[in-house]
Amino acid sequence: MIAQIIFSIALLTAVILFSIQVKKIIRNINLGKDTNRSDRPKERWLTMAKVALGQSKMVVRPVAGIMHIFVYLGFVIINLEVLEIIIDGVFGTHRIFSFLGSFYSFLIASFEILALLVLVGVIVFLARRVVLGLKRFSGVEMTAWPKSDAIYILVIEVLLMSAFLTMNAADYKLQLAGYSHYLTAGSFPVSQYLLGLLPNSTESLVFIERACWWFHILGILAFLNYLPFSKHFHIILAFPNTWYSNLNAKGRFNNMTSVTNEVKAMLDPSFTPPAATEIGRFGAKDVQDLNWVQLMNAYTCTECGRCTSVCPANQTGKLLSPRKIMMDTRDRLEEVGKNTDKHGKGYDDGKSLLDDYITREEIWACTTCNACTEACPVNIDPLSIIVDLRRYAVMEESNVTGSLNAMFSNVENNGAPWKYSPADRLNWANKD
Amino acid sequence: MNANTIEPMNTTIKIPTMAEMMAAGEKPEILFWVGCAGSYDERAQRITRAFAKILHHVGIKFAVLGTEESCTGDPAKRAGNEFLFQMQAMSNIQVLDAYEIKKIVTACPHCFNTLKNEYPELGGNYEVIHHTQLIQELIESGKLKAEGGDFKGKKITFHDPCYLGRGNGVYEAPRKALEILDADLVELKRCKSNGLCCGAGGGQMFKEPEKGKKDVNIERMDDILQAKADVVAVGCPFCMTMINDGVKHFNKEQEIEVLDIAEISAKVNGL
Ligand code: SF4
Ligand code: SF4
Repeated sequence: MIAQIIFSIALLTAVILFSIQVKKIIRNINLGKDTNRSDRPKERWLTMAKVALGQSKMVVRPVAGIMHIFVYLGFVIINLEVLEIIIDGVFGTHRIFSFLGSFYSFLIASFEILALLVLVGVIVFLARRVVLGLKRFSGVEMTAWPKSDAIYILVIEVLLMSAFLTMNAADYKLQLAGYSHYLTAGSFPVSQYLLGLLPNSTESLVFIERACWWFHILGILAFLNYLPFSKHFHIILAFPNTWYSNLNAKGRFNNMTSVTNEVKAMLDPSFTPPAATEIGRFGAKDVQDLNWVQLMNAYTCTECGRCTSVCPANQTGKLLSPRKIMMDTRDRLEEVGKNTDKHGKGYDDGKSLLDDYITREEIWACTTCNACTEACPVNIDPLSIIVDLRRYAVMEESNVTGSLNAMFSNVENNGAPWKYSPADRLNWANKD
Repeated sequence: MNANTIEPMNTTIKIPTMAEMMAAGEKPEILFWVGCAGSYDERAQRITRAFAKILHHVGIKFAVLGTEESCTGDPAKRAGNEFLFQMQAMSNIQVLDAYEIKKIVTACPHCFNTLKNEYPELGGNYEVIHHTQLIQELIESGKLKAEGGDFKGKKITFHDPCYLGRGNGVYEAPRKALEILDADLVELKRCKSNGLCCGAGGGQMFKEPEKGKKDVNIERMDDILQAKADVVAVGCPFCMTMINDGVKHFNKEQEIEVLDIAEISAKVNGL
């Protein structure tokens, strides 16, 4: 009975704390500007099914991709087991679903095999980070925290999976001994090999089984509450993030309607722009100037660095790293969120995303090549943020290098980015 | 030589402008959007001429805007100057609509992308194709010859332009146009959706690069040298400039030829 009460309190606390954090993240994301990404729902479901559920972009790199699918499948499916654990925990039952008989055995067996695959995957991942030190996992933005975050997650998964398998082994051994309420249920293709490692006394076995049970479920609840602070939040956000991702041709940059209205008014004095929907700045200086999808992108980023590893600017030693663009956006958004908690909405701390986080040197190094958006396994678009920051620098500040300014004035005056006379446009036809 | 004429193999062809066609009460099947690089850059002008010869050779009735053409606004948009972009776009749309243009072909992936994807929202709706797509169609319909000729047995590789490939998902058309030659088509290490940029996009063409270890086109040369290609085929005037500079950087002008797909097709057809 006491166990049931402790369990229920732990469960409730974990769920409440998690909801509070998620609410905060949703509030932060909603600091962004509105944008309509609910068109073409069919295509959106399809994209989500393919990219998030089907992990189509992960397997572009086969080793990491397949291992990730193990871990991901394991994670999702083993969580079905959590449902049973929760019911058992609240009602003091033991293996409540065992009445399913052979289907139950099938389920437990699959969980075990998946748990083993997860262990393999996670150990490979750890090795890549710790032993091999893959280049993709380093870089200026990969400071102490993001690096340890990745390691923590992997270690937690090793512990959770080990606890799960040990629990099953102890349970199985007790079943074989016909002890107390340990009815024969389930099938244990993996943990049966652990039997020899366990003590024979039923008391110790019960202790181990219970300890692992508690460790496993409390671990999961703790992990749940770690998610919102970690890159691991992508396991949730990958789904909405792909659903709301950009479906247009990658080469197409968004149209700024605020500019369209001004340009129309300039070209045609009789044009009356539709009643100002929102007065904001042109482009983005800070996170609030970005749209909510860009902000959700920031929370979804897995910090995998696939974008940066294909970025031509980064590859040639420039400061720009699309992963850093996303991590900076998230860090700044978190900061703005904390300011809001402390001082209320609209508090100005004198800082901004541009300059305090992302430098001019970074945004101007981009070739807008779309390699980053193509590589991102969860359809994040760092390029759109870079372009919005540029728009601010150009249209609000006129702060660009002389040569770009010269290009602008050439386009404006000569109709070409170079200083040639428009009258010479057809000269190509007069040569051979 | 007369104005607006080029002379392939001693036959003079006239490059008609829309204004001239209009005056004659005619309409072209397709507008050839030349683009700024294709109009002014010496090397790119050769691509423009090669493509015009192809259009003439297969008997497509085409026209250019000539002095009425203006920058699509692409470099301004990528560099963050949305005002300038939209000013350019709207005045271009006025010109295009005045001539009732329906279909456009261009040899520049940047113009292609902008006209195709970014003009509709500002009221400009046209069917826009890249010249490699038209060349592929012409080969398939048998209007363009495809046997290798000069390229027989040569190693050819293709450098994907970002705004054609990743930007618009066109990977096959340029390859189809090359495959058909009796050449040895080799892929670069980073190709198709994983292709490496030449370094010119996003306004980089018009500014000094930021500090770094090397320039992007030099990095791209790693792939090109590794492929040991005799010919690097390109489909963009900016890539042409960057890859040419890269080849020069390594003093490989003798070994490696950089040609646009239009130039290759024109050559194969004796134009
Ligand atoms: S679009 Fe910009 S940030 Fe993204 S890969 Fe290309 S150069 Fe890097
Ligand atoms: S933006 Fe995408 S590719 Fe880049 S680090 Fe984040 S998740 Fe990985």
